[in-house]
Amino acid sequence: MVRVSTIEDREVIGASPVERTDALEDKAPEEELFTINMGPHHPAMHGVLRLVVSLQGEVVKDVRPIVGYVHTGIEKSCEDKSYWKVIPFVERMDYLAYFSNMEAFCGVVERLLDMEIPDRAKYLRVIHLELNRIHSHLVWLATTCIDLGAISMFWYGFRERDKVLDLFEMSSGQRMHTRYFQVGGVMEDIPRGFEPKVRAFCAEMGSRLDQYEAILDRNEIFLRRTKNVGIVSRERLLDLGVTGPLLRAAGEPWDLRKVTPSLCYGELDFSVPVGTVGDGYDRYRVRMQEMRESLRIVEQALDGLPEGPHIADDRKVCLPPRDELATSMEALIHHFKLVTEGFRVPPGEAYYAIESPRGELGCFVVADGSAKPVRVHIRDPSFVNLQMLREMSLDGYVADLIQNVAMLDPILGGIDR
Amino acid sequence: MEVERQKLRDAAAPEQPRSPEELRVRQLRARELLRGELEGRDLEAHVEERVLTTTLEKALNWARSNAMWPATFGLACCAIEMMSMVSSRYDSARYGAEVFRASPRQADMLILSGRVSIKMAPVIRRIYDQMLEPKWVLAMGACSSSGGMFANYAVVQGADKFLPVDIHIPGCPPRPEALLHGVLKLQRMIQGRPDLGWRQRYNAIGTEEWARTPPAGSLTPPTGGEPAAGFPGATGEQES
Amino acid sequence: MPDAPGLELIAQELNGSFEGAVLGTYYEHEQGALVVNPERVLDVLGWLRDTPGQEYRFLASLHGADYLPGEPRFGVHYELLCMPRVERLRVKAALADPGGDELPEIDSCTELFPTADFHEREVYDFFGISFRGHPDLRRILMPEDYVGWPQRRDFPIGGDPVLFTHNEVELPRWYE
Repeated sequence: MVRVSTIEDREVIGASPVERTDALEDKAPEEELFTINMGPHHPAMHGVLRLVVSLQGEVVKDVRPIVGYVHTGIEKSCEDKSYWKVIPFVERMDYLAYFSNMEAFCGVVERLLDMEIPDRAKYLRVIHLELNRIHSHLVWLATTCIDLGAISMFWYGFRERDKVLDLFEMSSGQRMHTRYFQVGGVMEDIPRGFEPKVRAFCAEMGSRLDQYEAILDRNEIFLRRTKNVGIVSRERLLDLGVTGPLLRAAGEPWDLRKVTPSLCYGELDFSVPVGTVGDGYDRYRVRMQEMRESLRIVEQALDGLPEGPHIADDRKVCLPPRDELATSMEALIHHFKLVTEGFRVPPGEAYYAIESPRGELGCFVVADGSAKPVRVHIRDPSFVNLQMLREMSLDGYVADLIQNVAMLDPILGGIDR
Repeated sequence: MEVERQKLRDAAAPEQPRSPEELRVRQLRARELLRGELEGRDLEAHVEERVLTTTLEKALNWARSNAMWPATFGLACCAIEMMSMVSSRYDSARYGAEVFRASPRQADMLILSGRVSIKMAPVIRRIYDQMLEPKWVLAMGACSSSGGMFANYAVVQGADKFLPVDIHIPGCPPRPEALLHGVLKLQRMIQGRPDLGWRQRYNAIGTEEWARTPPAGSLTPPTGGEPAAGFPGATGEQES
Repeated sequence: MPDAPGLELIAQELNGSFEGAVLGTYYEHEQGALVVNPERVLDVLGWLRDTPGQEYRFLASLHGADYLPGEPRFGVHYELLCMPRVERLRVKAALADPGGDELPEIDSCTELFPTADFHEREVYDFFGISFRGHPDLRRILMPEDYVGWPQRRDFPIGGDPVLFTHNEVELPRWYE
């Protein structure tokens, strides 16, 4: 019988001690548990997530996630910056859904300012948000399939992702972290070739999704690995605060785009895919179908894109267009004040939540009348969804644990902020 | 101060013939070599001119640079662009950096892609120590080069505070082409500098690593308090 | 969101059931908030969760805020959501800073809302607010042995000073 060393004997790795899991007490020698550390650096490509796993053979008896390895102090940094400088910071939290981060923050500041954004800006925001959703789900698909062993999906997923990034580069100049949304609308209007390119992308993407589904949907290995793995009941998910595709896969039809339509989601016709069982296969199907629905939304938004300004008129908040700077003195002064000091937000607090590709992304801002926020807090969906990892993985195998982490779609930048 | 510039061409490729006559002479010599008729000094001259002779070091460096195996070290947003570099559009496999090894023992390049938080820094140092020589570090992006936009309590202001870094790649995040440019620059750096390991040559002079514990025999750190925080290493990169 | 009169009704009913629980209400930007006494926060949350007609069963977020120099200094915000009626309600517990080495304390709501586990650990990590009854209160994002409560307003932001020519130190270069 192998004598397993206890926690005290083991050397610590990194700065934090190996956790004492409560599953270790009072076990007979045949049932001894082996605690391993799946350290912050590991091949499963989901960022620096550390898991302390107690195993009995290959069966997982306890999982404790330890996070914080990419904690960047974004919320504290935001208190030091004027409101529009906060936008690039907040963007880098959930680094695959950067438009969603921007929308949550800009939305909450617009509520604090009681500001309406023009319709064209709403449609442009929706187009970019849904393209971002497709991008995020593609990266999820690519990395999850690597974790499951279907490595060719990585190449396909990233090939499509590069096309989405080309579109973002066309509209804003940057592939990732575009700081395209500003308080009051969007930074600049889309260039002329944008619309045909997006339509071409949407036309092609549908058939690509068919191809990916043909590879994976009825693949025996994929089915055997994902079916009935990581099931958590719907009530338990609601207790744990889980939202997003994970909740929808378990059967709860909750999507903030439908229940509290913001921007122009109320005018667009799309459906929300809902699963039945809540296992890995359902999560995969929900996300694939969400990609298709996002394509529909993008096409409808392009059809309905109204003419008009792309940012609100309020010069106290939004930068004037650059051609005005040469002619108008007020525009120059407004520009100067906005860039150096920033706009002031009247005192108040607000919380605004949107549906990011991972779930409910909420932003809470406390303003005190000055040009800098007092408190910016982002309620990140991955942070809350991580609490369900333990319940998903108990009494499953280690390989299923890897898959559960992948299916959670955790983005450590959002978890750690 | 003399700066040596060593172009890659000089290190390897043979000269081009200057005239058609010279080309004819070379062809005849090659024919005679193959027939076994070239002897003595002609043979030596021919071999020196035409056959690629090189020292073992140069050959090793050429091999090392063209087959660098990166360690999978994705920390944050730059990791996504690093994965994008690996993917089919900006294929890094054609430059040799194909296999991303998860184990640091099998990797020889560490691409620090993403912000280095204070909790992660000892882990990175551990992984760097586990890598075998020769090893190189690319600080990808603004956050690992200098702390980036995050000048706060939680982010280490530059990975070169605790690691020797060979190449810094700017950008937030850098485009995959920029990362590829950094990888190629590192390749040229390895090929042009046979005695690799700038730490041995410069004793890490100028970095925080040296200021804290100077190795015996090197210059002493300046008196009068702490060296300037965030001062970038004075050594490291050379054009090649 | 319950509108302003609805909010007042909720506050009145709460004060009827639990004396002195609700200290005030405010309604702005179409969002209602109840300011509660931190000692009664579990009663308030339990009432909001269980009373038929209210049923705010989903805790979307639990976060803290530091209102220095305002009094009371800390606010612990509970963002509640009623899914059937799609209504959000914020409950704000105003905590005073006891001063010195003591940490402000409030009851943990992990019994009522299991999702609060990670959220409360984060509030503890960043503000030093201790949650009584939390199963595992320790730091979550900062290193375990970190000293200080980073997101308090009097905690310095950190980072390196910006280098200008007047504060740059020239270390001897390799050729010197």
